[in-house]
Amino acid sequence: MPRWGMIIDLDKCTACQACTVACLAENNVPFAGPEETSMGRAILWHEVIGGIEGEYPDLWATFIPRPCMHCDNPPCIKVCPVGATYRREDGLVMQDYDQCIGCRMCIVACPYEVRYFNWRNPQWPEPMDQYLNPDQGPPQPTGGRGGPDVRPRGVVEKCTFCVHRLEKAERKAQQEYREMSEQELTLLPACNQTCPASARYFGDLDNPKSTVSRLARGARAFRLLEDLGTEPKVIYLKEGR
Amino acid sequence: MRYEGPREDAALFQPIVHTGWRFYVLLAALVIVVIWGVSAYYRQLSLGLGVTGMNRPVFMGVYIVNFVFFIGLSHAGTLISAILRIVGAEWRRPFTRAAEAVTLFSLPFGAGSIIIDLGRPDRLLNVIQYGSFRSPILWDVTAVSLYLLSSLFYFYFALIPDVAMCRDRLQDVSTFRKRLYELLALGWTGSGQQYRRLNVVMNIMALWLTMLVVTVHTVVSWIFGMTIVPGWHTAIIGPYFLVGAIFAGAAALIIIAAILRKAYHLENYIKPVHFRALSSFVLALSLAWFYFTVAEFMTVYYGDEPAHMVVFNAKFWEEFASAFWLTVVLCFVVPVVILGNPFTRTITGAVIASVGINVGMWLERYTVVVPSLTRPRLPYGIGVYRPTWEEWAITAGCFALFALLFALFTKVVPVIAVWEVHEAKELAIPEAVERLKSYFPGTVSATRE
Repeated sequence: MPRWGMIIDLDKCTACQACTVACLAENNVPFAGPEETSMGRAILWHEVIGGIEGEYPDLWATFIPRPCMHCDNPPCIKVCPVGATYRREDGLVMQDYDQCIGCRMCIVACPYEVRYFNWRNPQWPEPMDQYLNPDQGPPQPTGGRGGPDVRPRGVVEKCTFCVHRLEKAERKAQQEYREMSEQELTLLPACNQTCPASARYFGDLDNPKSTVSRLARGARAFRLLEDLGTEPKVIYLKEGR
Repeated sequence: MRYEGPREDAALFQPIVHTGWRFYVLLAALVIVVIWGVSAYYRQLSLGLGVTGMNRPVFMGVYIVNFVFFIGLSHAGTLISAILRIVGAEWRRPFTRAAEAVTLFSLPFGAGSIIIDLGRPDRLLNVIQYGSFRSPILWDVTAVSLYLLSSLFYFYFALIPDVAMCRDRLQDVSTFRKRLYELLALGWTGSGQQYRRLNVVMNIMALWLTMLVVTVHTVVSWIFGMTIVPGWHTAIIGPYFLVGAIFAGAAALIIIAAILRKAYHLENYIKPVHFRALSSFVLALSLAWFYFTVAEFMTVYYGDEPAHMVVFNAKFWEEFASAFWLTVVLCFVVPVVILGNPFTRTITGAVIASVGINVGMWLERYTVVVPSLTRPRLPYGIGVYRPTWEEWAITAGCFALFALLFALFTKVVPVIAVWEVHEAKELAIPEAVERLKSYFPGTVSATRE
């Protein structure tokens, strides 16, 4: 069983935020609008955080593209009263939108603040409602997925490492009796696929020969809030500042 | 100890048979506030939690503060009634009924505030169907429902002899009421054996409830304490919440007892001496609360960890400073000044201090819940939380419904446990004299060893 992880090379990242936009489009994240966004209600499964650090004249800017960390020891799972958030065998931390009661305990427990709450009914302005990703949505009896009403009001949602794309690719590889290639894997999550700087990698951290595990073992590798013991599976690469 | 109902207790039954116009005015005012709250909740149900001021990263607000506050308030009942029963404090007797009613009527609002706070209240039963005991929320659900059930029985058992008195004494009441009293009295005759059995049950229940008080409020605090959020993740949070809860509850009881005394002319039953005893108790709790506060913040300040210090600074000097320092003034400075001075430790003084304590304790819960959430560990910037009118309306509605239920309760059964007061006169005083004598040399111990 693989243990999926992501590498983000901050030395290559230009903070262009293409990853953030790709994520919104891929996952049918509803539009919050200017008013709600100013209240801090925007949903951003992937966000570029950071800012100016240091003291004048010794200043530098940091950018940290931040998806869900898919922790191996996730604080969010323990506190869920209904087991709506869980860790899959392949290490992905998932959210069951049909079981979630919206208590927001998991959001509060997550030190990375990667979890989002649907404060209002999801909505898309014209003509964006015509361009929803058909791969998302509840499974249909015909086999595919459909419908924009993916996450109803009042539940928690978060980054899934594009699990729908991952599962599709896994099925395809299985049908063709082959392993997924490094290149194929790295381009699986929408944020990775769109990255103009090729700063992101995706793959199996448990496979010692994979690029991600090699980079994760490198000297530039670090993880966010490592001292909290959450064992995140998003690994950043950075040399000095 | 059959109670025949002498004329002197007429004052205790007076509120049941006679209702003045002021009561109806109060009732109408409370109903209006409740309707306001219900309409705000309807708005929230139809539009979602977006109508509140909650946002990212402040995912918990006034509702969670109310939850902690109401559960804390509920500790008044069990504390006065159960703990003081165990230690044999005789001054508790006129307070017990009112105290137990506070527990019974405030608990549903504690539990209810959590439901109001849910994004999907329609899926509430998932908690039972898919309940995961790894979550502190499920510990809470278990503890609070157990506490509610136990308090209900405790309240009811202590009510039986008085309901029987209502059944026997009150002739000119409606048939519905007569039936109600007859049903609730469970055929109580007031024989000595029945009283002995009742006392055994009450003593066992008192022990059980005392244990639950400690458990319930510790578990409430663990919703916060079990996460790794700075400002919440401390071992002291359990005892700190517990002391605060008993503190607010006892102070609330002073307010309610003073109102009942004034409104129903119970000067003969609830005397200044009772208030003095309760005031000393509240004063001690105020000191205990302050001790915990110092212990909590001194540890954080001296440890000087950056993630904890940003929350500390938010409370001490930044946007939460006014709420935080007002809490210290209302929960420590004012009570100590008023209740520590024999000249100001009057009923009026005690009521003023108690109102301050309850406002202060609500603010204290606020400064525990919100500031930690406004300071995320990663560089997202500072969170801002401004409650909307919907949140205030629902809060006001909760308090008004609590008062409404309490007001209606005073019209159904005596607000003072008649049998407990009489038991004191007939049994407890001789027993206390014997016990006192046995403390000193030259006498054989009269009570069981």
